[in-house]
Amino acid sequence: MTEQVPDEHSSALKSRSDVPFYTIFSAISAVYILLIVAMLAAETTYTTPEHIWAAFAKPEIRYAIWLSLVSCAITTVLSLWVSVPIGYLLSRHNFWGKTLIDAILDIPIVLPPLVIGLCLLILFQVDIPQIEWLNHAVESDTGITQNKEIVMSRTQSLDDLIRKLTKLIFGKSIGVTYEIPSVLLAQFMVACAFAVRTMRVTFDQIGPRYEQVAMTLGCNRGQAFWRVVFPQAYRGLLAAGTLAWARSLGEFGPILIFSGATRMKTEVLPTTVFLELTVGNIEGAVAASLIMVVSAFIVLVIARMFGLSRAAI
Amino acid sequence: MISVNKLCVQVGSFKLNDVSFEVPEGHYAVLMGKTGSGKTTILETICGLKKVLSGTIHLNGKLATHAKPSEREIGYVPQDGVLFHTMTVRDNLAFALELRKWSKKKINDRVDELADLLGIAELLKRTPHGLSGGETQRISLGRALAANPAILCLDEPLSALDEETRDEMCTLLGDVQRRTRVTTLHITHNVTESDRLGDMKFLIVDGVLQSQPSNVTGESSGLTSQQNKTSAKNSAQIKAD
Repeated sequence: MTEQVPDEHSSALKSRSDVPFYTIFSAISAVYILLIVAMLAAETTYTTPEHIWAAFAKPEIRYAIWLSLVSCAITTVLSLWVSVPIGYLLSRHNFWGKTLIDAILDIPIVLPPLVIGLCLLILFQVDIPQIEWLNHAVESDTGITQNKEIVMSRTQSLDDLIRKLTKLIFGKSIGVTYEIPSVLLAQFMVACAFAVRTMRVTFDQIGPRYEQVAMTLGCNRGQAFWRVVFPQAYRGLLAAGTLAWARSLGEFGPILIFSGATRMKTEVLPTTVFLELTVGNIEGAVAASLIMVVSAFIVLVIARMFGLSRAAI
Repeated sequence: MISVNKLCVQVGSFKLNDVSFEVPEGHYAVLMGKTGSGKTTILETICGLKKVLSGTIHLNGKLATHAKPSEREIGYVPQDGVLFHTMTVRDNLAFALELRKWSKKKINDRVDELADLLGIAELLKRTPHGLSGGETQRISLGRALAANPAILCLDEPLSALDEETRDEMCTLLGDVQRRTRVTTLHITHNVTESDRLGDMKFLIVDGVLQSQPSNVTGESSGLTSQQNKTSAKNSAQIKAD
């Protein structure tokens, strides 16, 4: 046996235990996870089921639930329709100004929500020239002479123009600002930006090889996309749809500014939470927020059921 | 026939200049070169997947320099097969035929014929998920051959296969080419593959394309002595600047 001679090098190479490393990392992880669970547990146990059912019985809250679910569904479909072409073009093509367009698409994500609402509000109040033929068409169609002041004015807001156009087309004046369409637009502006990001990553991951092969087999670009790439992007589509839906459901700032908080009109679930809190009805606020919590869980379960990766959500 | 004359292609900062070569009808040409030498770029340009800066490409006597990939009637087998994952193997094989609006019966007959030729009949109902490398390449080859293209372009189709499967695939490729007489351009960096299959050989070094003498005998390549003579004659005509 050789005698062990202690030297500096062997002591420097001595492997230390991994326990401290995992202890610290696990502790940090546990604190955050516990915080999430405690937060949800506190809310769900704050009030009694009777109070929650009573809150649900209120027509304002029922209306908010209905408007939230319908508007989120419409926003999700719109976001997918828009995010698929943008995501595909950005993923597959390099063109002049691509970096700028990429940055523009990030604006709704990085801009404070209230600012998005304010920007939308101002956009729909921007003065644009009166369109004479449209004014005449609206007058002759409805038989109503417009307010003298409006006719005298040489400009109108974008919202006014939309009201006139919808009057002419649908026979009913539908505005945007402080109306239901503003809820959809406010949700869409943010949700779509997230959907675009997801779809772009999806098409990046699929890569151009599939459509290249499809084109050599006889497809044009459109056929290659719809027959080969689009079906392969179903996971990304589901992820983008889920994300857009979840973002829309939680949208509050832009809706508050752009749509107002009118009960039974532009009130969505986050608005309900806000309105109920301002009048001191915590049960109502909790009931509305519980619906959002349950919805979030359903979205998570659906996403996991379809095998979406954590990164995709 | 594939005829490439003074072809210039640029992909990012990589540029190929004045590439010229010709593969006569019914021949099996092998293009060799190091990784990054531009072999795949040449093949993809012939398939219409890369833009040509200058020069011409003639396919079967027709000018096809700027033709769309779908108009070139080329069967393309990429390196990793690139099967369509949302379709069954049968649908993959039938893809080009459905685009050409063949009748259902004709499609089924053709798919069965290809499945027999490539030994993949038992895989037809499966999706590509979980297939071996050899199976994937057989299906990819079948998909490329389905519409009876006049030209077949193979981009390192055997590079990801083990030795035994590679050997089987080599035999299969030789058989298929002999039966179909499809003009073939095969890219590889494997000398054995090149020796076994190619009746014409090209080597690309530093962006310059050179013809190489072929070791393949008429018997093993399925060519007649007359065809070999033609092959040698054509190889001698290859211009590489």
